[in-house]
Amino acid sequence: MTGAAHVEVTDLRIVAHLPGGEERVIVDGVSFAVPRGEILALIGESGSGKTTIALSLMGYARPGVRIAGGAIRVGETRIDQLGNRALTGLRGRSIAYIAQSAASAFNPSRTIMGQVIEPLLVHRLARRAEAEAKAITLFEALALPDPERIGARYPHQVSGGQLQRLMAAMALISDPELVILDEPTTALDVTTQVEVLKAFKTALTLSGASAVYVSHDLAVVAQMADRIAVLSQGSLCEEGSAAELLAAPRDDYTRTLLAAARPAERAPAVLADEAPLLAVARLTAGYGAIRNGVPAIPVLSDVSFTLARGATLGVIGESGSGKSTLARVIAGFLPRAAGLVSLAGNELPTGIAGRSRDQLRRVQLVFQNADTALNPAHDVFTVLARPLAFYHGIKGPAARARVDELLDLIRLPRNFADRPVQALSGGQKQRVNLARALAAEPELLLCDEVTSALDTVVGAAILELIDDLRRKLGIATVFISHDVTTVRAFCDQVLVLYGGTAVEQADRSSFARGPHHPYTRLLIDSVPTMVPGWLEQISTQPRAAIPGPQSARNLCRFIARCPIAISGSCDEIAPPLRGSADQNWLCHHHPAELACEATGARA
Amino acid sequence: MRWAFGFVRAMPLSGQIGLFFVVFWLLVAIVGPWLAPHSVGAFVDFDVLSGLSRKFPLGTDYLGRDVLSRLLWGARYTVFLGLGAALLASLTGTTLALLAAIKGGWTDEVLSRAMDTLISIPSKIFVLVLVAAFGSSLTLLLLIPAITYVPGNFRIVRALAVNIVALDFVQVARARGEGAVHIALREVLPNMIHPLLADLGLRFVFIVLLLSGLSFLGLGVQPPNADLGSLVRENVSGLTDGAPAILMPALAIATLTVGANLLIDALKPAGRR
Repeated sequence: MTGAAHVEVTDLRIVAHLPGGEERVIVDGVSFAVPRGEILALIGESGSGKTTIALSLMGYARPGVRIAGGAIRVGETRIDQLGNRALTGLRGRSIAYIAQSAASAFNPSRTIMGQVIEPLLVHRLARRAEAEAKAITLFEALALPDPERIGARYPHQVSGGQLQRLMAAMALISDPELVILDEPTTALDVTTQVEVLKAFKTALTLSGASAVYVSHDLAVVAQMADRIAVLSQGSLCEEGSAAELLAAPRDDYTRTLLAAARPAERAPAVLADEAPLLAVARLTAGYGAIRNGVPAIPVLSDVSFTLARGATLGVIGESGSGKSTLARVIAGFLPRAAGLVSLAGNELPTGIAGRSRDQLRRVQLVFQNADTALNPAHDVFTVLARPLAFYHGIKGPAARARVDELLDLIRLPRNFADRPVQALSGGQKQRVNLARALAAEPELLLCDEVTSALDTVVGAAILELIDDLRRKLGIATVFISHDVTTVRAFCDQVLVLYGGTAVEQADRSSFARGPHHPYTRLLIDSVPTMVPGWLEQISTQPRAAIPGPQSARNLCRFIARCPIAISGSCDEIAPPLRGSADQNWLCHHHPAELACEATGARA
Repeated sequence: MRWAFGFVRAMPLSGQIGLFFVVFWLLVAIVGPWLAPHSVGAFVDFDVLSGLSRKFPLGTDYLGRDVLSRLLWGARYTVFLGLGAALLASLTGTTLALLAAIKGGWTDEVLSRAMDTLISIPSKIFVLVLVAAFGSSLTLLLLIPAITYVPGNFRIVRALAVNIVALDFVQVARARGEGAVHIALREVLPNMIHPLLADLGLRFVFIVLLLSGLSFLGLGVQPPNADLGSLVRENVSGLTDGAPAILMPALAIATLTVGANLLIDALKPAGRR
């Protein structure tokens, strides 16, 4: 590295103050450099210090944290030697920050334009009219719809992906020399993520700013960054150009990250040929009052599938596709409006109140967010012992022994039983969350996005655990996810939901082989790959709102976004169900045409 | 014992001060009458509203009675009536609020509207009517503040509980098939115990003030007995002279209420597991 790098961090040390007056080193001797106009990615698990380092580039340390040593240079300025007043002049002007959640970064009671041009007005860099003109150019560069008028809206009136891009506009409006992006797409769907990443990359290239991109997702980083720095527990594992590092990682930890990003194929479950455990037939459900078997706000319509004992069904789709609703209906949280849900041949009553204790025990739902699914006032033993006492009447020393067994099962040390829930990490909480469901000895486990709140490495470990347990205990699993890669590697059957209908259903081998419904194709193509240049090749289309299940004469719901919609049939008649028992689609195209389309798109 | 000592040591200074005052006033309320040098209604001095002296450490009141003795007798009314009514109000309010939040639907609607009705009656007028109808008695003095402060407690607890009930862990308990009692006591209550205690402290202060106000109007504890509020009221003529007869009971009310709140605020971090 030559001395002309734009941003240079040397031997950075950051410490946190513990309540006892001691200090803990959270960033230890980290050095890296960003050449002018390039993007450096900081990658690592949560707790690796990546956000702390990114914030220190603005001279900011969170309360209780202190920059204890080292040098931070941006251009000619030594950030670590500046006082608060000088830093305030710098932030939002020459160094800008894009946070993970745009929804919480925007003030809901002010218009978007007012907030986007604020950095210019605060630093007195431009007059209002000039600033607004500049904002509109940026909106165009970020591929936002209706750039002239979108500024007049309020934050709740635009989608999550649009808001994230508007935050980028806010950051870029003062022509900063350094932009810090802190996991800006982690909270988004794959399809939205692609659009946002593309917009970010274009805008950053246009502005010529250097950037630091914080992420835990190697594939995203592979598309965005010129250089990658891998962090683990506050120290630097390895740093290098993106292409080299991904092709030939030198550090063991980098290899672990790479392995976690490519889930290994699991062997399919060995299934006894018997009646299915779970059968869902023509299920319709939603929110609001139910009239004639149709809810006021329909979410799911006409979904059918069966699941054998010990098998796994993967349910994929974007947010709003009804996947969580499906789990909630099966678990009985939400009454179904029409259709049947039966377990081992017996129909399940619609609501929790109607089900017997044994019926409740046999279906267990594992919530997405373990932070809210575990009572923060309890300890691990209390959490796990309750279902034991409630369903099986196990109390006293027997409960102690069973909790120990459960902790062994989820691979946590036995002394964790006495820990308060709040003292656990995200991954540990998710394990306990899983163990609580297993304590009931269920026959069906509903996993609702159980890994989406976790890091890649921790998430891969949880998946491994679920897969292992269902083999060992023979539990059937409904696995809900927006991650096609995981579902493909992990599940025996796949169900693709769009706008509340099952647009594609396939068993594992057919799904791997293809062809796919155009929507599934879009989902698969939207997953970032490690191949450099992938982001530039992929084409994105402006997306239309997903219509609800009751709209427009049962037409194909994907029509507004479908690249191969046939005028005269797709916009006239409801799509027929095509395919065989192993795989079927709701589409006007013949499977052969879909296969052609897929190969055509790839070539 | 050792545990209690450690507990006190772990508290911040403000909490220790609060604990000191609370324990002090509890002791006074319990053993005060035995320590009092004179009986509560005894006229012992011809000088009225006198200053501090060796014979009367806190001076004498507007009728020449010993202020120290009257304070020692009077503390029990304020402490026990205030604490009793505050606990009664909080227990009733919290129970109803948890019921409303967990059951939802019609239960919630009926309870909430009933509380709204109750809250719309001006508390002072409500008290005046009740006292006028039934005459002043200790039972009434316990019940009136309790009833007056139930709706406030209900509102706060219901607002807290509704937020907690929406969280996933309560959904999990519901999906398990748990009853309302388990959900209320084991899942919801532990997560709002601190705001609840803070509310209890505040109610206690309000009730002491309400009782004092009632005494001021002559509707509270009846002479010759007097609670701390009455002591302030009957010696109000000494205010211009700065007589200890009015300052001392006022100081007593202040230390009791401020002490109780300092203690409760200090329980927050210490009570966190």
